[in-house]
Amino acid sequence: MSKIQRGVSLYSFQEEMFLGQMSVEDCIAFGASIGATGIEILPEQNMPAFPHIDDAEVARWHEMLARHGAHFTCYDMFLDTKLRKGELISDAEQVESIRRDLVLCNRLGIRNMRVLVFVRPDILAQCVPYAEELDVHMGVEVHAPWHLEHAWILRTIEEADRLGTKHLGILPDMGIFMKHYPPEFRARFERQGARPEVTQFIVDQHEQKIMCEYTIYEVAVKMGGNKAEIAMAETLRHAPYANPRRIGDYAPYFRHIQAKFYGMTEDCTDPTIAYDEVIPELVKCGWEGTLSSEYEGNRWIQDVSPVDSREQVRRQHVMFERLIAKADAEREIA
Amino acid sequence: MFDKYLIDAATLRNTGPADAPTGFAFEARLGYYRGLGLSMVEKLDVSIDGAALPREAVRFDEGKGPLSLDEMEVAYDRRWPFGAPATILVDHAGGFPEGEHELSLLQQLRVSYLPFPSINSDAKRVSLAG
Repeated sequence: MSKIQRGVSLYSFQEEMFLGQMSVEDCIAFGASIGATGIEILPEQNMPAFPHIDDAEVARWHEMLARHGAHFTCYDMFLDTKLRKGELISDAEQVESIRRDLVLCNRLGIRNMRVLVFVRPDILAQCVPYAEELDVHMGVEVHAPWHLEHAWILRTIEEADRLGTKHLGILPDMGIFMKHYPPEFRARFERQGARPEVTQFIVDQHEQKIMCEYTIYEVAVKMGGNKAEIAMAETLRHAPYANPRRIGDYAPYFRHIQAKFYGMTEDCTDPTIAYDEVIPELVKCGWEGTLSSEYEGNRWIQDVSPVDSREQVRRQHVMFERLIAKADAEREIA
Repeated sequence: MFDKYLIDAATLRNTGPADAPTGFAFEARLGYYRGLGLSMVEKLDVSIDGAALPREAVRFDEGKGPLSLDEMEVAYDRRWPFGAPATILVDHAGGFPEGEHELSLLQQLRVSYLPFPSINSDAKRVSLAG
């Protein structure tokens, strides 16, 4: 049986939380109610007092999780290299900021930290002793347009290998497996004035995996694209479809997954991200970790319809259960 | 990602003496999915009917006391939390003009992982509550 666990990032409920319609406890309670008991947090979103978190607040979080039979899975860090106008903070300040997050992560009892993809591998190498001491895995977010085998990502993996550490690796965001163009994106650009024949062209080009610059030039220059059409074509720069078959090669470097999605259909399928190809690979390589929902559809639909992040996350978890069970069954037959 | 929610239109009010207002104020939220240190808020541009008001006329208060935008740039120990309303104070003789007008707010943020500034804007038809 697969050892994949299910969870949810509080990022998924950003619309409702921003508008004060859901509290963090509402999010945790909802996650637990659908079996997504692993909770990923963004302290800079979910803890208004950040970075001054006292022991009483840590205790409040643990009590809240316990009330709902949930547990922490991952801490999403940020790094303000541009804290001061006109200059970057020093390397020592970067290391200190990351150490601050590692300490808080450890105090919260969280063993995975999502590291923003732009953080330099050599800075992370300097943080490895702290990560080891505090027993926190630093996973560099593999976020589109980067992908598993992007040279920048490979530099982090090389650092981890060179140091022989289990506390530095990656943390894939499933947006790197965008097999089909998101219908939510297309509809939004059409509402902004993109002509259906042009949006169809862009979708067709993406479907054929034609390198984005050809499409952008076609739309912007040859088709005389308007602002919305060009903007839609430019989204292709951030729409990679990485090869799911390589997941097993990189699985030793990640312990947590941000299960990005933009919208689920009523019959609980994802029209965009190739979970039907990704999950069998995770099951096949015996990966143990949490698939943590990261719903990011709100910004694409909020101009025309109410956002229901709970329903979207619920549908994604119906899909996860179905795909994990199917992959398990196929593996047993094999 | 939250542009349409930046201005809370219901909070618009005049400031200063009731019979001779010196400006107006409203509550606004940060257009970002996390909180941000105030030093990384580069611009809070306020306009009425498309006419920009001077940067010097705008002050910000997340609850710890008003700051000019220049003071905000070096307020390294203060943050604008996620989803939290903060007060935008605008010096404007006579207060907000009578009747319905378009009030707009543009936020320019220095988000470290983005190669370009993050710009969020909202514009709403508003009027002072009777």
